[in-house]
Amino acid sequence: MNILEIQTIEHDVLVVGAGGAGIRAAIECARLGFNTGIISKSLLGKAHTVMAEGGVAAALGNVDRRDSWKIHFRDTMRGGKFLNQWRMAELHAKQAPARVRELEEWGAVFDRTKDGLISQRNFGGHRYPRLAHVGDRTGLEIIRTLQDFCIHQEIAMHMECTGLDLLIDGGRVAGLVAYWRETGRFVIFKAKAVILATGGGGKAWRVTSNSWEYTGDGLGMAYRAGAELIDMEFTQFHPTGMVWPPSVRGTLVTEGVRGDGGILFNNKNERFMFKYIPKKFASETADTQEEANRWLEGKEGARRPPELLTRDEVARAINREVSEGRGSPHGGVYLDIASVRSPEFIKKKLPSMYHQFKELAELDITQQPMEVGPTLHYFMGGIRVNSDTQETTVRGLFACGECAGGMHGANRLGGNSLSDLLVFGKLAGEGACQYIQKFPGALKVDAGQVNTIIRRATDILNRESGANPFLIQEDLQDVMQKNVGIIRTADELKKALEELKRLNKDASQVKAHASPQFNPGWNAALDLNNLLITAEAVTHAALMREESRGAHTRDDFPDEREEGLQYNVVVRKSWNGGMEAQKIKRDEPPAELSKIAYASLEELEGKGGTAKF
Amino acid sequence: MAQRSFKIWRGDKNNGQFVAYAIELEPGMVVLDAIHRIQSRQVTDLAVRWNCKAGKCGSCSVEINGKPRLSCMTRLNEFPEGQVITVQPLKTFPIIKDLVTDVSWNYAQNKRIAPFKPRTKDADGNYRMYQRDVERVQEFRKCIECYLCQDVCHVLRDHAKKEEFVGPRFMIRLASLEMHPLDIEDRIPKIKKEYGAGMCNITKCCTDVCPEHIHITDNGIVPLKERVVDRYYDPILWLWRKIFRG
Repeated sequence: MNILEIQTIEHDVLVVGAGGAGIRAAIECARLGFNTGIISKSLLGKAHTVMAEGGVAAALGNVDRRDSWKIHFRDTMRGGKFLNQWRMAELHAKQAPARVRELEEWGAVFDRTKDGLISQRNFGGHRYPRLAHVGDRTGLEIIRTLQDFCIHQEIAMHMECTGLDLLIDGGRVAGLVAYWRETGRFVIFKAKAVILATGGGGKAWRVTSNSWEYTGDGLGMAYRAGAELIDMEFTQFHPTGMVWPPSVRGTLVTEGVRGDGGILFNNKNERFMFKYIPKKFASETADTQEEANRWLEGKEGARRPPELLTRDEVARAINREVSEGRGSPHGGVYLDIASVRSPEFIKKKLPSMYHQFKELAELDITQQPMEVGPTLHYFMGGIRVNSDTQETTVRGLFACGECAGGMHGANRLGGNSLSDLLVFGKLAGEGACQYIQKFPGALKVDAGQVNTIIRRATDILNRESGANPFLIQEDLQDVMQKNVGIIRTADELKKALEELKRLNKDASQVKAHASPQFNPGWNAALDLNNLLITAEAVTHAALMREESRGAHTRDDFPDEREEGLQYNVVVRKSWNGGMEAQKIKRDEPPAELSKIAYASLEELEGKGGTAKF
Repeated sequence: MAQRSFKIWRGDKNNGQFVAYAIELEPGMVVLDAIHRIQSRQVTDLAVRWNCKAGKCGSCSVEINGKPRLSCMTRLNEFPEGQVITVQPLKTFPIIKDLVTDVSWNYAQNKRIAPFKPRTKDADGNYRMYQRDVERVQEFRKCIECYLCQDVCHVLRDHAKKEEFVGPRFMIRLASLEMHPLDIEDRIPKIKKEYGAGMCNITKCCTDVCPEHIHITDNGIVPLKERVVDRYYDPILWLWRKIFRG
């Protein structure tokens, strides 16, 4: 194919993905005066950010003045079991408040305190009420605010346009080949810098809160271009997804239910979370129902209920209750807000949960408990980036939001992803623009690369026969659900790697029928390669980490090990084309940050609320 | 296991027809599940938009038995057993393929609207707004842009007056800006002259189909119409302006 015949669009920066991170990055690039384009698989405003419910974490201190970036940073490090990139967690905690206030300047309307400030709610692992929110539809508020702001910033918005692969020229990014979903036609984007903001790859699991878009596209593209992935073993299973009916299994039930007082119990009517309080959180967690009730009433000195332990702890506890026979009829446990709060309160603070259960499960959550169980929700791991610039290990390639790794370590706190995408979206935009300013020469697009990418895509349509892409995806989902779930063992992980080999073979012979115009079968077939790379990277990394830490639990290595704190696992393409995983040594943290992260609350808050450091 | 039959519109902008499909039922299924089952097992190129599958993103809007609905929130068991369920694309927008329509006109309308312009901050760098004052716009900001209201609006659907009226969705967007406690932009002249507030004759069909239960007409469009009337047709104000502003 003569590449001169292919539509070509040129930008200084191309952002891949129009969720919160991508739009925020693009806004920054446009603000700095660069010609910026965004491509997105879906229509503008439909990305995963829209599904975020509970809130955005930022130490504004509007509800409890004792909060500060230091406590937020400490909570984030403890939640991440100290495997986070220190600098990222620091930048995040320091900059989140400014990013949230900025949204208000752009028109966001958060719920208010009685003094008229942005209200904040409690969430798992956060010491103080910290999540700015709008009922339980915070993500919608954020994406709509960003969307309505960005359309006036002279950013070229290319909707329903899917990236296939990056173009590389002399070790640097030179653009990307994509296709229009509507026509199936290919398009070359020439760009000096590319920012990936493509989210995670939860669609490799059967039970997930993720949509069709979450196929690890950025992870796959970056990996093929030679970038490194980090912390891939840490996949977050959100403790509360719907479990019934089957058609909505995995759909998210916000942590806000527990933040607002919701309790978990098993089929013996036992509030089981009291049994699962880990030692390191014991001094900050209520150990009786009576104390938990006092906390809910806002009584001074009462510690938070164990339902608000971090997501990894709660998901494991639920998993254990179910596997030991104390689960609900459909294989979950009960989550009850009806006996804790009035129907008016529930409808006001959790309106979409109310409707979701009413309409999809025919259940009234103001009267009855919900049935919930863990659902694959988020990737802590992702593309390895420089903590300050968000540049990956490929020059000119940047990543932010869920597809970037390092910020959350072994487990993410709820509310820290909406803040993550705002903080690092902006920083990625700045990083990309700084890079472009130093960029030496003109862009060269290699016709050979373009042709290879396009041929791989058209082969799927042209071959005589082959496997059904949807069925391969379902097969993969079963493999990952069964072998790379919440509780892992070396045997199952190795089994998964074997199965992935088989699936890779099937995927290489996948067939899509009919024409390329708006053809979901072809689209799914194209996504498969990214999804398989993502699944394999998670499995390799999970096999390499021989300990249990955060969201990664190994039945054959049940405890945290001292040695586990010394490294992060990195996955990359090896010289022979196969995938290799490697432990890389972590840097010593700056003394100042280490002091804050390991400080006791008394030390950090001092007397009378004054921070000591 | 029980089966359910469907008639799904298949085709593109040039031609198309309803095609019959049947699937095995599972408890709790919604129309989108059925479409996915048909897509993954029978016709892999069946085009449909969807994302969150929980009524939060507004992607999967179609017409089910003639009524504009979110396919992810429409349960099969609400239709009588044995009834064939028909699914077709939104009528108000040009067809791309099967159940997918070209909704880009809506994005163009949003761009025409003057963006949010806030007043200056309080001395301490905060904005203060009270819950009772923000609740009105929070109702409008629940909008998930499913465009079901645009689809059902007869000004757009039956009279095709897209040049004259931005439609209920963007009247709600305008209301969310005009009633925003911090906003200082004045959009009333354009609401009258360009966005077509006068075109709506308050049949409330938009309110009926809104999956977010926003009171589009009563709380959004009618108050905007009143503001237009106050500005342009209030005789006392008219006289006042005539005398004092020349």
